[in-house]
Parts: sequence; C-alpha cells; structure tokens
Amino acid sequence: MKPRVLIIGAGPAGLRAAELLAYNGVSPILVDEAPRIGGQIYRLPPNVAGLSRTAQQLYGSQAGKAHALFRDFERIRDKVDYRPSSLVFDLIDNRAEVLRFGRTEQIPFDALILATGAMDRILPFEGWTMPGIYSLGGAQIALKHQGCAIGRSVVFAGTGPLLFLTAYQYAKAGARIAAVINSGPRLGALSQFAKLATMPAMLAQGLRYLSWFRRHKIRVLHGYRPLRAHQAAAIGDAGIDDTVEPRLTMMEFVSDRGDRLEVDCDAAAFGYGLKAETQLADLAGAGFGFDTLNRQWLPLADAYGRAQDRAGLYLAGDGAGILGADAAELRGQLAAAAVLSDSGQSFGSFDPNGALRQLQKWRKFRAALELAFPFPHESVSEIADEVVLCRCESVTAGELRGVTGLLGARDLNRTKAFCRLGMGRCQGRLCGPVAAEVMAAELGVSVDSVGRFRGQPPVKPVPVSALAVSEPLVIAAEHDATARGATSETIGADA
Amino acid sequence: MSRRNELKCDALVIGGGIAGCATALNLARRGKSVVLLERDEPGLRASGVNFGGVRQHGRAAAEIPLSRRARGIWGRLSSLIGIDGEFVQTGHLRLARSDADVAVLLEHRREAEVLGLKLDFIGISELRRLYPWLSEAIVAATFCAEDGHANPRLVAPAFAAAAEAAGAVLQDYAEVVEGWYGNSVFHLRCRDGRHFAAPVLVNAAGAWAATVAAWFDEPVTLKPEVPQVMVTEPTAYRIKPVIGVIGGDLYLRQTLRGNILFGGGEGRAKDGINRSRPLPEVSRRTAAQAAKLVPMIGNLSVIRSWSGVDGDTEDGSPIVGPSETHPGLYHAFGFCGHGFQLGPAIGAVLSELIVDGKSETPIDGLSIGRFRAAAMEKGSAADAVPHENG
Repeated sequence: MKPRVLIIGAGPAGLRAAELLAYNGVSPILVDEAPRIGGQIYRLPPNVAGLSRTAQQLYGSQAGKAHALFRDFERIRDKVDYRPSSLVFDLIDNRAEVLRFGRTEQIPFDALILATGAMDRILPFEGWTMPGIYSLGGAQIALKHQGCAIGRSVVFAGTGPLLFLTAYQYAKAGARIAAVINSGPRLGALSQFAKLATMPAMLAQGLRYLSWFRRHKIRVLHGYRPLRAHQAAAIGDAGIDDTVEPRLTMMEFVSDRGDRLEVDCDAAAFGYGLKAETQLADLAGAGFGFDTLNRQWLPLADAYGRAQDRAGLYLAGDGAGILGADAAELRGQLAAAAVLSDSGQSFGSFDPNGALRQLQKWRKFRAALELAFPFPHESVSEIADEVVLCRCESVTAGELRGVTGLLGARDLNRTKAFCRLGMGRCQGRLCGPVAAEVMAAELGVSVDSVGRFRGQPPVKPVPVSALAVSEPLVIAAEHDATARGATSETIGADA
Repeated sequence: MSRRNELKCDALVIGGGIAGCATALNLARRGKSVVLLERDEPGLRASGVNFGGVRQHGRAAAEIPLSRRARGIWGRLSSLIGIDGEFVQTGHLRLARSDADVAVLLEHRREAEVLGLKLDFIGISELRRLYPWLSEAIVAATFCAEDGHANPRLVAPAFAAAAEAAGAVLQDYAEVVEGWYGNSVFHLRCRDGRHFAAPVLVNAAGAWAATVAAWFDEPVTLKPEVPQVMVTEPTAYRIKPVIGVIGGDLYLRQTLRGNILFGGGEGRAKDGINRSRPLPEVSRRTAAQAAKLVPMIGNLSVIRSWSGVDGDTEDGSPIVGPSETHPGLYHAFGFCGHGFQLGPAIGAVLSELIVDGKSETPIDGLSIGRFRAAAMEKGSAADAVPHENG
C-alpha cells in the first residue's frame, strides 16, 4: 500500500526526497516554513518584481546545483502537494500541527521525512546582541532573500567555509569587507589538505575565495576571535540622546596568545559552522545520541536515515548532522528510498549503494573540515560573566555558571528551570549548544554529560488567535486517498 | 554511609517534591535525623512544573486551615529557605459566568469566612472598572487579596537545599521499589539495592504515592492528572491578580516580567505516568477559552507549553495526615493539581504531628480514612469531583 508521506523542509534534502518519491508513484506532501523552495542554502528572494536576481548572482559557483535542483523539482511539481509558508510547530500521533497564514492546519501522515536543516553555531562575545551584528547565515539570508547587505563596511568573523563564502558573496555584491577574521589556525586548512582534496571542487572553491581576497587586497587574518563589539551613541549637549539607536563602530578581537586587534566597521557577521535543527525530531519521538564530530545531540538513524526505534520516521539533510548541501541531496534520496522500500514499493533505478559510497566521502570531508576550522570550544571558559548567552531571556554566562554552583544544576534542563536560559522565544535553538559548552567547562565535565534541551511545542511561537479555533483544517490526502494505509506504529513525542 | 547495610535514621521521606522537602526541612530543624529519597532530583515533577498559583481561594473547607497556615509561611519564605521563590501577593480573582456560578461564589465566601479567610465580592460594574481587560462573559467575581503566585521551578529545590543545610540527607536518584514494615520499623529498598530503615515514614511520593500506601495495607484510588500549561511571549504588565473560573476550565496569571501563563486542560501521560506531553487539541481549547475571557491574549503568541503529572483523589482534596494502619506512617499526596501552595505547611504540620504528636492546624478532613468510610457507606467509590487547578 502506498504510504502518505510528509516531507518537512524544501531544501536540497527535502526536494530530492520528493523527487524520488514522485518518480516512483508516491506523491508526497512537502511543507516548508519559507514562501519558496530552496532551503537556506538555495534561498530565493520574494517572487516580486525588482528583487529578482539570477542564479549566478544568488549562488555564485553553486548556481549550477541550484538550477538543477529547481529544474528537477519543477518536473515533478504536479505530483507533489507543495505547501509553502507552513510552520510545523508540533508532531504527535502521526500528524503535523501546522501554522499557515495565521491559521492552524493538521496534516496526517504514514511516513515522515524530516529535512529540517541547520542554523548557525555561535560563540557569544560582549555586545553580540546589538543592532548591526548578525550570524553568518543571517547575513547571507539578508543578501539572498532581501537582496541587501547588513552594512556598508562589514567584518566577517568566526570560522568554517561559510565565513569565507559569505564574505566573498558580500564582496561580489558590492559591500566593503572590513576584514575576514578566522578563529582557526592559519594553516588549518593546509594541515587537512589531503583529506579536503578528496572533494577537489570544494577545495578549489575555497582556494579561489582566498586568492580572490588576496587579489582584491581584502584583509584575511587567522587565529583571532571576537572579544567585544564597540558602539557609539549620539551624544549631544544634553548628554546621550536616547532617541538615537547606538551603532556598531568597531569590533575588537583577541588571539589565543592575548594579542588584541581592532577593526572599524558598521556591521559584523559571525558564526562557527552550523548546528543541526533537531526540535521536530525530538517531538516526533526520535532517539538521540551524542555526536562527537558535531558536538551535538543528534537523532539516531541508520545510513538511510531511518530513525532508530521509531518506525515511520526518516531523517535527511543537515538536520540529521551537518554534511552540507551536496550530501543533503543524497540523504534526501536515501530517505525516500527507505520510505519506498519499507512500504514495499520499488525505488526504480536509484542506486542506494552509489549514494551511500558518495555519502561516506562527504563524512570524511566533513571530519577534515572540522579539523581545518575547529569550533574553539575550549575558549568558552574565557567568555566573561557579563556576556549574554541567551538573548531571548537576557541570561548571562555568569548567571549560568552561578546556578551550576549554588543550586547544583548538572544538566541543561535544570539550568533552564533555575535561570531561564533557553526559555524564551527560540527555546534555546541558538544558545543551547554554547550554553552546554559553558556549563561543561564550568563543571569540568564533557559536553555530552550536561544533556540537551527537551523539545517543547510549539517549536516556534504560534499566535493564540491561530490556536483558538475549535476545529483546525485537516489537510486530507489529495493524490493517494484510495491507496492510503495506516502504519501500526505511531510517531509520538517526548516531553 | 554504608551501601550494603541498611541505613537507620529517625525518619524517612519518599519524594523530593515541595511537600517532602518541606517535611525533611522541618524534621531536621526539630533535631531529627532524616533521609529523603528522591527518584530523580528535587522538584522535577509536579512541584516544579505546576502553574505557580499560591491560592487559598476556591479550596474545599477541609483544606482551608492548612492553606491558611501555608499562606503565613509563604509570606516569610526567605527567612525559611533563603529565597522568596518570586512569591508576590497579587490577589486571586475567581470568576463567575452565570447566576449559578455566582451562587457558588457566595456559598464559598460564607464557608471561607467562618474559617477566617476573607473574600471580597465584586459585582459587575466594579468588575468592569477594576479589570477592563476581562470580557463581558464574566458577570461577577470574588477576590482574595492574600493570594498570589510564585516560581515553582525555584521553590522545591530551595526547600531541598535548606533541608540539606539543616542536616537532612537527600538522596537523589534513589528510586524506592519496595517497602515493608517489621518490628516497628519501616524498611525501604531502592532500585540500586540500597536499604533504608526508620520508625517514621512520610509518603510524599506524588502521583506514585498510592503504590507506597499499598505496601502498607492502605490502598487508595489515585488517578493520574496531567495539567497542561502554556505561556505567551512577554507583554506589558496589566493582569495583576491570578485568575481562576468556576468549573476550572481556565486559570491564568501574568508574571512581573510580562509573560502570561494559562492552563485548563490535561495533556497526556506516557511511559506509564513517568512522563507527559501537552496535547495540541488541549492547547486549542485552552487558548480559545483564554481569548474568550481575556481578549487581549488573542493578540499574543504562545512560545512554549508543558505538562506534569499529579495524583487525583476521589473527592478532589489531598490526603494529608497519619496512616490508619501503621503508627509512624504519614501521608501527604493526592494534591489534585493544587498542592504547590500547601507544600510549606505540609512540612510544618507533619513535623508537629511526628515530633509533638499534635498540630495546631486541623487536617482531620484530609485523612486517608475518609475514603474507607465513604466506600463503606456507599458500597462503591465516589465519582471524581471536578476541581480548580493552580
């Protein structure tokens, strides 16, 4: 019997999963929070006049991949119930609770492919919450989606491929690059050259950015991380003018040896690689295990993405651990193949072994990237007590450290209960990983031992007015109503 | 302490919720050696995830003396446990939507005043003037000025820390799996094999307490109750009093920092009753009710929801006091979703009963024996009584 398949996320993983399912006679429902396909990596601008840019302008060297992905999806578009602008805020009993255009909907399913993607991994510094400071991913979205830069003179900081890519994209778009400041070692990438060379196109791309920066006299420094953001307020005769928003004027950096560096700028973007978005996997009832490479608790799945101990749940793309966009396409296909195979359907000419072999290469490449651009987790003990970790609730590093001492908190959820860290609008999606690092450093334990925030619905804020309806709209099967079968296992959630 | 041999002390407490921790604290301060056995960590269950209401208003007459005693302690909490638990006296407003509701309010006011609890009746015109954010569906209210709210995440752990500081031994991750009585001593064995013994045992095991009572030949019906609460993003502070309605389908409060918490339905227990989760259909129903009674909530977003597991007795009031089968055994459970406020007084009253043999606070109406008497009278168990949470 053909299962009713829901795919959450229309990035590379979700689109490729939809495609393989559709070609093999299973018409999936594809929902995404954004108004257009592409995910974060291939995000499209709003479909309005004046904002259209070419794939080349938007994605640079990755334009070919984006183009192929969009073209291939267009071919099966009529077989997919594609539902953009849909925020899935809870998963329970094999149905998704969805917010769409201010209304709630329910989407029942037999099988669920989660392709929820990733977000920036951050390391807070003094002043990081002030206007003008963005994550690298946020800065990239401003460019790709809104078609604007975050400032006129931008400093890029942190580490990872996204650091160089975003700076490059900004430079190409016409922004002045104040500096590109990598927290990792100067020769980090070189030390992993052989392993990175297993993906020659990726390596060549990275080298091309660096040489482009050199040719255009853009300052690239290594071994420094942000220490403090400086701001200027409007000061008049009567003192500080509160009506004028203070403005970022300079970023101060520090090296491992304690050397200081000051860079004038009016905006900054920073990030340290990506973290998987796992809240929905948690609500869907996936088991989790700590992953040392990602330094994050991740949903457990087999090589195809079948969630461990949870029939009917499949994980694909960076939401199941960061491997990048190319790997996400493979993982989307593998998850779709697993759905087809588990429901007794054929997956046609798709070659899972080839995909698995290719995926293995990406895993090695990712491990090399982590060594080339290491997350400076050992520096979290240097985050000053007054630095805000949780910006939703304004909880500082010192407050977090305080509850580990006085109140004896030993895990993240206990910490949340005591000092509100992770209790706000984003529910710790942003601060969770770094809070775990700060806590582990303070307690002198490994980061896995402090656990992870439990997922709580709604994963993102939902208007009371949208909830306050007696009967939500149920999205009934459109393409496969007659063939629908129910699985015996239900996907529930942990709280 | 030896892990192999039994550990002897004056009193054992099962359960690190607010009732158990407060009892351990009071016993330790009275010079008793106390060991508290907690399955996880203090205040992780109903005591830590409840709505946070500190309410005398709307309680059954049998609970009011205990609740009055508790209110006195809430007012001086920091001298007892070092923090005020974010307790603020905001008043509690109990709302009527019909003439029948008004009759319930007035009857309760008569009953409460006899017991020393003063309630103000607020008619419709004053209601509109004082609380313009209430919808017109509300026709009258009673107000209890002494009531308020506190932060449940902080209070039970602070009682636990204070109990330890006073000399009580708190054993975290000590799940009691077996209990028996012999030679005037209570014996408890934990899952990890540890064995504890004492002539006094306090059963404060929350939703799991009926199992403990049954070990000592005192079976009692306890139904799991899974209150579900939601919280909005912060907004301007306007709603000072805590709100409840006749019928219990909504309770609501605003924290000083601006978030509005509200509940009224039940989530789902899972893994037996060891865990729980909120239900979307309950969120919907409660959100609709909240927006109907306090329309400004319709303009806000819910940022989080949660639930916890408590135990419901057959008459909607807790079981507090000595066992009727074993001298030295005391019960404090079945709080039916409204035990948080009572917690501090449980410690005071049980320690008096244990040390002095009597307490100034009458709790006869909360005795475990009332159900046996009721069952004999009726020949069957009484139906569960609807009650207000928070």
